[in-house]
Amino acid sequence: MAETILFLGHTEAAGELSRITLEALGAAKSLAGERVVGLVGRETLHAAESIGSCGASRFLAVTGEPFSVSRYATDCAAAEAICRAAGATIVIAPHTSRWARSLPGVAQRLGGRADTHITGITSNGSSLQVARWFYRQRMEALLGRAQRPWILLLESGCRAAWQGDTAPVTLENIEVEITPALVRTTVTGKQAPRSELQTIRPDAALLFVAGAGWTKKQKDGAMHVGQAAELISRFLEVSQASLGSSKSLVDLSGEGHAVLPFLSHLNQVGQTGSTPRHPKGLATCCHGEEPHVVGWRFIQERRAVNLDPNCGWARGKADVLYVADAFEVMARVNALLEER
Amino acid sequence: MNIPYQIVVCGGVVPDPLQTLEPIATANGPALKNELLLPHVLDPWSAHALYEAAHLARRSAGSKVWLVSVAPKTKLQQVMMTIGQRVPLELVAIEGPASGFTDAADVAAALAAGIEGIAGLDQSRLLLFGGWESASRAAGATMQMVGERLGIIDQFQGVDELSVADDGALRILERIEGGQHQVSVCSGPPVLLGWATGNLPEPPNHPQIGMQNMRAIMPALQKARTAQISGGARFESVTLPKQQRATRIVKDKPVEEIAREIVTWVTAE
Ligand SMILES: Cc1cc2nc3c(=O)[nH]c(=O)nc-3n(C[C@H](O)[C@H](O)[C@H](O)COP(=O)(O)OP(=O)(O)OC[C@H]3O[C@@H](n4cnc5c(N)ncnc54)[C@H](O)[C@@H]3O)c2cc1C
Repeated sequence: MAETILFLGHTEAAGELSRITLEALGAAKSLAGERVVGLVGRETLHAAESIGSCGASRFLAVTGEPFSVSRYATDCAAAEAICRAAGATIVIAPHTSRWARSLPGVAQRLGGRADTHITGITSNGSSLQVARWFYRQRMEALLGRAQRPWILLLESGCRAAWQGDTAPVTLENIEVEITPALVRTTVTGKQAPRSELQTIRPDAALLFVAGAGWTKKQKDGAMHVGQAAELISRFLEVSQASLGSSKSLVDLSGEGHAVLPFLSHLNQVGQTGSTPRHPKGLATCCHGEEPHVVGWRFIQERRAVNLDPNCGWARGKADVLYVADAFEVMARVNALLEER
Repeated sequence: MNIPYQIVVCGGVVPDPLQTLEPIATANGPALKNELLLPHVLDPWSAHALYEAAHLARRSAGSKVWLVSVAPKTKLQQVMMTIGQRVPLELVAIEGPASGFTDAADVAAALAAGIEGIAGLDQSRLLLFGGWESASRAAGATMQMVGERLGIIDQFQGVDELSVADDGALRILERIEGGQHQVSVCSGPPVLLGWATGNLPEPPNHPQIGMQNMRAIMPALQKARTAQISGGARFESVTLPKQQRATRIVKDKPVEEIAREIVTWVTAE
């Protein structure tokens, strides 16, 4: 079957396309078939021109103020209109929070299917196959589908971002009528859970994971939570690492124990937390149990500092396990990084 | 303004996360080895949705909570032994697989049919809850499809907080990129919320709630209809990662040396 491949993006606050969006475009480019670009946002011409040389036969857009925000009702209406206008059989979109919320609903409207968290796409001749993980990163499947349209949301870091020259385009604007039902929801802004210190940095080279051990009684029989907070925040400052946590440590914070003032459950990595993508990860005072380590699936190089030589990391889950006291090690690591 | 909400929570069952999972191939597509022998739990993010639902229902007089679940009846019954003690609810059970390899669209159709079967459902009071992703398929697609089938187009995913203003407007915090929340205000029901962790701890077991719930849970399980749920996708392969690393265990090394090694590694390009 000859496919019509729609690459579907949305613009960011300043009208640009994000890196993950350009990665999805890179993936769409690699597939055989007619290629169409669809964009949604307050203003889309600039973004369309920035990818004007990508080889698409058409550029479609839904543009205007109501589409400047990430809102299910308007996003679905826009994406649905573009998919229909393009006659898309395959839709390739970045796995942003905005598209992850709305595109499965669009699949339902179009009588199609949506697969999310795609980590790879291969096409051999007429058949398209995608890779995604099941059971929260425990097993990887390769799958295809006969049903069309098929909407695929691509994870970040699985493809090189598309690069190319700016070129003029003829943008076909598609009108979407804004009825009162579409704007019952107003997006009022963004907020960080604890605004003083930004701890989650998706683009950081290093993930630093803190486990519940930081709050446990240490060899002198006492707890040193204040010192732990200081060591960790200092390390984040000098290394610019992103902070992850085990569930146990976040739960302690949630239960009102004075733990690490800058930690929230958004930091949690694992089965019921996030699956971040950083080239390196360093775990400290974290046992490395399976429900935690499934969140490390996409962390390439892994090291851990733990007092227990039999902890989970020792059993094939890390490249290096330092059997040592993380309080001592991190104090020296901070000092060495400060000297540099 | 007090609104007596009708809070419908969708939630399946999944293998306990501490279990080892192994895929096998069957005539009907992939499955988990010994799936029916594995202990199961209520899907964690739907469990958070359920606790948030119960919490809201307690604060809004006249509210009621339903749990709609597509699952093998025997597994659901086991899970209800604990969940049924935690929050007052009415169960709508639908017999079907718990497998992550089923199609979100089919599960959504079964859930929507189950919800439509609830007598006296009133869209102007309806809050449809679920987990934002399951621990099985982990797609984050099912709830949107349920919402579409029921005509609910105010949908939110990765929700950590819901508050109700004096005029009945709903203020919702959703997880977005970079460890932030998007804040939205919706004028009122019907809305769909796919919950992330929320802010509530697991409620303790309450034998009295358990007694009340159990009277209705057993009949609900007995009259569970069987849903038609297919594989949908064509699975080429399902494999466990070859992730066993050759861990180098560094013992009895001075702290200074370990720190230097870590710094060299962290700062290397
Ligand atoms: C439904 C469900 C979902 C779950 N989801 C998740 C999830 O998403 N993410 C997650 O993380 N967990 C999850 N878990 C929990 C998981 O099973 C573990 O309980 C949790 O990861 C343990 O956290 P921890 O390693 O920080 O704490 P602990 O198990 O308490 O380990 C503390 C570690 O600190 C070490 N330590 C103490 N002091 C020092 C020191 N001075 N120097 C060095 N090391 C030290 C100890 O040796 C120990 O290994 C889930 C569990 C369930 C049941």
